[in-house]
Amino acid sequence: MQREAAIREPLIFGDKSYQDITNDVVGPIEGSAPRTWKILVTLTGLVALYGVGCIMYLIGTGIGVWGLNKTVGWAWDITNFVWWVGIGHAGTLISAVLLLFRQKWRMAINRSAEAMTIFAVIMAAIFPGIHMGRLWVGYWVFPLPNQFGSLWVNFNSPLLWDVFAISTYFSVSLVFWYIGLIPDFATIRDRMVKPLPKKIYGILSFGWSGRAKNWTRFEEVSLVLAGIATPLVFSVHSIVSMDFATSVIPGWHTTIFPPYFVSGAVFSGFAMVQTLLLIMRKAMKLEAYIHTKHIEYMNIVIIVTGSIVGVAYLTELFISWYSGVEYESYAFINRFSGPYAWSYWIMMTCNVISPQLYWFKKLRTSLAFTFVLSIVVNIGMWFERYVIIVTSIHRDYDPSSWGEFHATPIDIGIFVGTIGIFGTLFLLFARFFPVLALNELKTILKSSGENYKKLHNTDNH
Amino acid sequence: MYDDDDVLMRAAETLVAKGLKVKEVYSPFPLHGLDPIIGVKRTRLAIAAFMYATGGTCLALLGMWYFMIHDWPMNIGGKPSFSLIENLPAFIPVTFEFSVLCGAHGMAITYFLRNGTLPGMPATNPDPRTTDHMFVMEITTDENHSNSADEIEGMLKDTPLVELSIKDYE
Repeated sequence: MQREAAIREPLIFGDKSYQDITNDVVGPIEGSAPRTWKILVTLTGLVALYGVGCIMYLIGTGIGVWGLNKTVGWAWDITNFVWWVGIGHAGTLISAVLLLFRQKWRMAINRSAEAMTIFAVIMAAIFPGIHMGRLWVGYWVFPLPNQFGSLWVNFNSPLLWDVFAISTYFSVSLVFWYIGLIPDFATIRDRMVKPLPKKIYGILSFGWSGRAKNWTRFEEVSLVLAGIATPLVFSVHSIVSMDFATSVIPGWHTTIFPPYFVSGAVFSGFAMVQTLLLIMRKAMKLEAYIHTKHIEYMNIVIIVTGSIVGVAYLTELFISWYSGVEYESYAFINRFSGPYAWSYWIMMTCNVISPQLYWFKKLRTSLAFTFVLSIVVNIGMWFERYVIIVTSIHRDYDPSSWGEFHATPIDIGIFVGTIGIFGTLFLLFARFFPVLALNELKTILKSSGENYKKLHNTDNH
Repeated sequence: MYDDDDVLMRAAETLVAKGLKVKEVYSPFPLHGLDPIIGVKRTRLAIAAFMYATGGTCLALLGMWYFMIHDWPMNIGGKPSFSLIENLPAFIPVTFEFSVLCGAHGMAITYFLRNGTLPGMPATNPDPRTTDHMFVMEITTDENHSNSADEIEGMLKDTPLVELSIKDYE
C-alpha cells in the first residue's frame, strides 16, 4: 500500500472512517437548509434578478445604454468577460494539471473549484453575447450553411478562435466535472430515504453501481481528460489574449500577452477559489478536509503566478521604451500618468505588491489575511483588464478622436448582476451537490488521514 | 461483504489462489491493484479518445479548407486564402480546440455507453452501502463449476468478511 512520509501534515484531520466522510459531506444535503444559506441565496438572487433586468433593458434598447463610444468601443463588457474567463481557469487547473502532478491536496478543493469554473465561464459567455447587440442572431458566430451567398465566418480571426476556445473549454470542463460527480451522486442516491430526492439523484447518478471495471474506466477517463484538458486550459486564455495581441493597437500588440494572460488567469482563479472556499469550509463545517495546509499551497501558487504577472508588467513597460516606437512608448506613459493612472496604480498595488506579502509564513497561513488578500487580488485583476482595454484605446493614433469612458448604471448593474448570478449558482451547488469529491477523498484516507498516519508511525517504531 | 478495502484485496488474493473466479467487486471508490487480481483487463478508452481526437483534427482541417479556401476564398488584409498550407498558421488554434472537443466528448460518450451509465438507468449495486463504506465481492457458482456451493461458502467464511448473503438466481 502507498504510504506518505510521516513528516507531511495529514490532509484529512480527525479520526475519520469512510462512513464519516460520507456523513460529513452528504449530511448537509439531507438536512433542511440553514438560515444563513436562505438569507444569502435571497440576497444573491435579488442581485441576480437586478442583473437580468439590466441585461433585458440592454437587449431591448441597444448597447448605447452602456458608456461605450466611438473611441472606447470595448470597456466594461470585455473587461468583465476576460475577468470571468480568468477566474474560470483555476478549476480545471486544479483538477487537471494537479491530477497529472499527483497532488493529493487537490482532492478537497477540486469539486468546488470546478463548479466555480463552470459558473464563471457561463458568466463570461454572457458578455460577448450581449455585446453583439443582437443576441438573437448570435448563432452567426458558428460556421453554419446559410442563404447569404454562402458567407462563412472568418477562421483567420482571433475572435472566432475565441468562440471555439470558450465553447470547447466550457463543455469539456462540464463533462469532466460531471463524470467525477456521478459516483458521488450514487452515494447520495443510496442514502436518501425520501422518494423524490432519491429519484432525482438516481437520474443524476446515471445508474452508477461501482463495479471494478467501471472504476478502471473512471480512472482512465479522468487521467486522459486531465491530459487533454491541461493544454486546453493554457490554450483558452492564450487565445483570449490574442484577441488583443493580434491587433495593431499600441498597448495591445504585444507578444508577451499569452503567457502573461494565462498566469494572470491562474492568479485570479486561485484568489476566487480562496474567497469561496474560506466561506464554505466554515459554513459547511469542512475544517477537517480543507485546512491551513490547503490554503498555504494555494497561496504559494498565488505568489508564483502573481510574480510572473509582475514581471510581465515591468517587461511591457521596458519594451515599450526599448522598442523606440513613439506610439508604443506613449501608450505606456499614458497608462501610468494619464487620466486613467489611478486604475494603473490600483492594479500595480493589488497584483504586484500584495501577493509578495505571502513570502511571510505567518501571513500565508493566516486564514483571515488570505480571505482579505484574495478579494484584493480579484479587484486588482479586474483593474488589469480595465487598464489594458480602456487606457490602450482611449487615446489612439489620432489625437482629434481621443476620448474617455464613463461607466453608466447599466454597465455597473450588469457587472454586479453577474456576480449575483454566479453567487446564486454557487450557493445552489453547495446546497444540493456533493461539495467534496467523496470517492477521491476515500482513496487518500489511508495514506493521508491523520488517524491512519498515526497508526503507521506507531507501526514503524 | 467486507468493511475494508485492504481486507477485501487480501481475501480476493487468497480466493483466486484457491482457484475461485471472482465475478465482480462493488466498491465506493477505485481500488488500486485489484484489477490484476480478479482479472479485469486494461481499458482501451484512451485509444478510442486518440482516434476521436484525430478525427476531430481531420474534420477541422477539412472544414476550414472548404470554408476559407474552396467555397468562398477572401482576401483579408492583403493575405489571400489560396492554399491550405499557406493559411495553416491561422488555422492551428481552431484545429487544436476542435480536436480536444471531439476527443473529450467522444471518450465521454463511449465511457457512458460501455459502463451502461446513462440518465435514468437503474442502479444495479447489490447493497446500497457499497457506495458509502462497504465492499462487496460477488462469486457465482456458474463460473466456478469445479467447486460446489458449500465449498465456496466455506472458503468465503475463512476470509474476514462481515456479511455473507447467498442468492439463488435460478
